[in-house]
Amino acid sequence: MTATEIRELTIERVRQGLLSRRFSALELAQAALEFAQKENPKTNAYLHFCPERALEAARRVDAQLAAGEDPGPLAGVPVAVKDVILTRGVRTTCASRLLENYVPPYDATAVVRLEQAGGVILGKTNCDEFAMGSSNENSAFGPVRNPVAPDRVPGGSSGGSAAAVAQGTAVVALGSDTGGSIRQPASFCGVVGITPTYGRVSRYGLVAFASSLDHIGPFARNVRDAALLLQVIAGRDPMDSTSAFAPVPDYVAELSGDVRGVKVGLPREYFRDLTSETGEKIAQGVELLKRLGCEVREISLPHTEYAIACYYIICTAEASSNLARYDGVRYTRRSPHSETLSDMYRNSRGEGFGAECKRRIMLGTYVLSAGYYEAYYLKAQKVRTLIARDFTEAFREVDLIVTPVSPFPAFRLGEKIADPLAMYLSDIYTITGSLAGIPCMSVPCGRTREGLPVGMQILARHFDEAGMLRLAYAFEQAGGAEV
Amino acid sequence: MPAHTIEGMASTASIQVSPDVLARYEAVIGLEVHVQLATRTKIFCACPTSFGAPPNTNVCPVCLGLPGALPVLNRAAVEMAVKAALALNCTIRQPYSQFARKNYFYPDLPKGYQISQYDKPLAENGWLEIFVDGRRKRIGITRVHLEDDAGKSLHEGFGDSDRYTYVDLNRCGTPLIEIVSEPDLRSPEEAYAYLNELKLLMQYVEVSSCDMEKGHLRCDANVSVRQRGVERFGTKTEVKNLNSFRFLKQALEYEIARQVAVLESGGTITQETRLYNPDTGETVGMRTKEHAHDYRYFPEPDLLPLKISQAWLDRIRASMPELPAQKRARFVRQYGLREYDAQVLTLSRALSDYFERAAAASRDPRAVANWVMGDLLGALKAEGKEITESPIRPEQLAELVDLIATGEISGKLGKEIFAKMFATGDSPRTIIEREGLRQISDADALSRIIDEILAANPKQVELYKGGKAGVLGFFVGQVMKATRGQANPQLVNQLLKEKLG
Ligand SMILES: [Zn+2]
Repeated sequence: MTATEIRELTIERVRQGLLSRRFSALELAQAALEFAQKENPKTNAYLHFCPERALEAARRVDAQLAAGEDPGPLAGVPVAVKDVILTRGVRTTCASRLLENYVPPYDATAVVRLEQAGGVILGKTNCDEFAMGSSNENSAFGPVRNPVAPDRVPGGSSGGSAAAVAQGTAVVALGSDTGGSIRQPASFCGVVGITPTYGRVSRYGLVAFASSLDHIGPFARNVRDAALLLQVIAGRDPMDSTSAFAPVPDYVAELSGDVRGVKVGLPREYFRDLTSETGEKIAQGVELLKRLGCEVREISLPHTEYAIACYYIICTAEASSNLARYDGVRYTRRSPHSETLSDMYRNSRGEGFGAECKRRIMLGTYVLSAGYYEAYYLKAQKVRTLIARDFTEAFREVDLIVTPVSPFPAFRLGEKIADPLAMYLSDIYTITGSLAGIPCMSVPCGRTREGLPVGMQILARHFDEAGMLRLAYAFEQAGGAEV
Repeated sequence: MPAHTIEGMASTASIQVSPDVLARYEAVIGLEVHVQLATRTKIFCACPTSFGAPPNTNVCPVCLGLPGALPVLNRAAVEMAVKAALALNCTIRQPYSQFARKNYFYPDLPKGYQISQYDKPLAENGWLEIFVDGRRKRIGITRVHLEDDAGKSLHEGFGDSDRYTYVDLNRCGTPLIEIVSEPDLRSPEEAYAYLNELKLLMQYVEVSSCDMEKGHLRCDANVSVRQRGVERFGTKTEVKNLNSFRFLKQALEYEIARQVAVLESGGTITQETRLYNPDTGETVGMRTKEHAHDYRYFPEPDLLPLKISQAWLDRIRASMPELPAQKRARFVRQYGLREYDAQVLTLSRALSDYFERAAAASRDPRAVANWVMGDLLGALKAEGKEITESPIRPEQLAELVDLIATGEISGKLGKEIFAKMFATGDSPRTIIEREGLRQISDADALSRIIDEILAANPKQVELYKGGKAGVLGFFVGQVMKATRGQANPQLVNQLLKEKLG
C-alpha cells in the first residue's frame, strides 16, 4: 500500500479492500501502523502505539471474514483514541505526568463497542492534560503540530486525534469534548468532528474532566465516516447513569443530500463582531446552504455573552472534584520526598499537575467554597438553564443553527499560551452548545488565503444528530470544504 | 448520685461537679446515626458487602475510584432507605432528592469525595417515640439521607506501622443512611433510649442488622448545656466515636459534666469536634485544623436526581412490617397486656414473633406473656442464648400454660416441667407421661392420702379445731409432699375442709 493510499482511506475503501481481498485486515493494520509511526514525529499526534492490540483486532477481523461472518461496520478500520479514554492493558496517561505509567484494568464502553464493530486501535493520541486546553500545548508530553501548518496548533484539547485524522495516520478517531475540544481542533485541522447530545454516548471509561459537560465523539475526514463511527459508539450503557435510553437511528441512511426547506438559524450574537476571514468563509458557507434550498434566517440567543463565565465556573468546579483522586495514594505517581500525609498530597499533586490543571483546580475550589458557592456555582447553574432555554426557544423557529466554530483559524504555537483568558475566549462559539447538552459538529468550510481550514458549526435539537448530519453531508457533497 | 470527676482537661486538672450544680443545668442533645444497610451489594457497584474478606478483594473500578469509573445507584439500597425513613415517620422528598459530592482528602477515600446527599435529602421531618421513666416522648427526625462509606485506614498491626498506614478499601461503597435527630434529647438516658429504639426499628424493618461491633451502627452527638429555664441553646460540641451503647452514655455524661464545669468556672464552650476515648472515658478536643473542613458540596453530576414514584412508594409501604409502636398498642388491645409488658415483648421482632406464636396457641395470652418475660428470658439469659435459639418452641410453651390453666397440673409442677422442657426440648406432655407427673385429681385417691395424714398428726388436728385456721396450710403441704406435688391444690383444700369440718 502506498502512503497516499493509506492517507486517503475511508471506512468504505477499507471495506472494499477487505471484501475484494486486495489486502487483509492484518496487512492493513501493519501498513497503517508503520505509516503512522513513521509520520508521527512530524506532528506528535500519537503519544504511544499499541501494535499488539491492533494486530490482534485485525486478525480477529480476518478470521471473521474467512469464516464468512460479518466483521462489523468498522472492520479493519485504523482508529486513533484520545488518551483520556481508557484502554485495558494499554497506558492511558491523560497527557499528564501523574498518570505517565497508568495502565487501566478495563476498557471504556466506547472502546469496547468500537472493537466489537471491527475497529483496529493503532494507538493513543496526545491532548491537553486531562483535556484542559484549546491548543494541545498543555500536554505533559509536548505539543501537537497542525498537519496543515506545522508552526500552528491543531486546537485542543483533542488535538492529537484531529491531527492524526488530518495527517492520515488514522481513518477515524475518538476524541472528547467538554467545551469545544472536538469541534475546535476539527475546524483547525480541516476535518469533521462531532459532539453528540449529552447522554448519547456513554462516558464510562472517559477520564472525567467536567462530568456534566464531558462527551466522547468521533473525528473523520468526511461526514459519512463520522456518522458511521457515531452509530457504533452511541446508545444506552447501564454503566453510565446519565446515558440516554433514546433509540439510535440509522445515521448513514439519513445522509440523503437533500436539505431543501430545512430552516437554518444564524444567531446574530455570533456574527456581530465577526469581521475576520473566518466570517467571510462562514458567510460563503451560508450562501451555499441557501443554494441547497435551506431557508436561512437570523435568530437570537440572548444569553450568549454569559456563556464563557458560566462555563468556566461549572467546568472548573467539577474538575476540582474530579481531579481529587490523583493524590499519590494509589495509582498516581507519588512524590518521594514527603514526611507527612499533607506533604505527600501537596508534593505529589504539585509536582504532577501542569499549570493549567492547577489553575482550574484552584478556580474550581474557590467557586465551590463556603460563602462563594451561591454567588458563583449556583448562579452559573441558573445561567446554564437560561442558555439552554435560548436554544429551546430558537429551535421552535428553526431546525438547525449554523455558526463559526472558532473566531479565528489555527493560531501559532506559543501565541496564546501566556494569556489564559485569550485562550479561554477561543471557545466562545462552542461552549453554549456544550452547556445546553445539544448535538453540535464542525464541518470544513473553506480555507483562508493562507490555506488554514475554517470550520462551520452546526447545532441541532437534543438527539437530532440525524438532522445535523444530513445538513453537514449535503454541505460537504456540494463542495463546502472549498467555498 | 456521685460527683463527676473530670480529669485531663488540662492534663492534670481534676474538676468536681456536684450533683446540685449539675441539676441546675439541662443537656440538649441531638444524634447523628449512621446505619449500614443490609444490601447484598454496594451502593454504586456490584461488589459484595460481605464482612471479613481479605483486604482489597471486594473491589472494582467504581468503588476503587479508578479514573473513568461511574456510579450506578443500587435500587435495593434506595428501597431500604425508604423503608427506614417511613419507619421514622419521615416524608419522602418530592419531586426528587439529589446526591451531592462531599469533598475532602483522606487515604481511605479513593475518589477524593464521598457521594452523599446535602440540600435535597431522601427524607425529612419524621419522629421517633422513646419510653423513659414511664413516659413517652417524641423525638424529631430532621432528615434521612443515603451515602457511600469510605474504606478503612489501618494505623496499627503491621511491622512498619510506625512509618506507614495501610488502607483496606473493601468497605468502600457500602451503603449507609445517616439519620439526624432534632436536638430534642435532654439526658444521656434519653439518648440511650433513642439509639435503642432506632436500632430496634431498623432491625424490625430489616434494613440493617445494626451490629455495632461490625460498625453497622455508628453514632455522633451534638451536645450543649443550658441553665434550666433558659430558652436559648448553649454552644454545642460534636462528640464522635460513640460506637457502643455504653460509650454513648459514658461520653455524654462526661461531656455534659465537662461543659457544666467550664461554665461554672466562668469559661465559655468552644464549638469544636471532640473525640471520645473509651479507655479514659473522656472526650478530647480535636485540633482545629483537622475538623475545619469546607466540604465544598455540589450536586453529583454522575447521578440523576432520585425520583421515588408514588407507585414505587406504595409498593414499599405495602411491604412494611408492623412497627414496634403499632405492635405494642395492639398487644395491649388484643391480649390485654400491661403497657410495660408490651414494651418488653416488642424489644425485638423475634421476641414478639415468639410471643405471638405462643399466645395464638394458648387460651391465656397474659400467662404466656408472664412465662416468656420471666422464666423463658431468664433461662435464655443464663445460658447466653437468643430467643431464636430457645429450646422450647412457642407451641410447647402454650401447651404448658394451658395445662396449668385447666388445672391439669399445678403451677409448682409447671415450673418443674418448664425446666425439663428447657433442658430437653421435649413437650410438656411427653415429660408428664415419661415421668408420671400427671396431677392427681382423683378425689378417692386423695381422700385416702388425707386420711392417713390426719391420723398421723392428731395434735395439729386439735389445733385446727381449736380455731387455728392457719394449720390448713400445714396439711396442704403434707399432701403435696406425699404426692410429689402432683395433687390438685383446689381439690386438696376442698377435701381437707370437709374432713376437718
Ligand atoms: Zn465495587
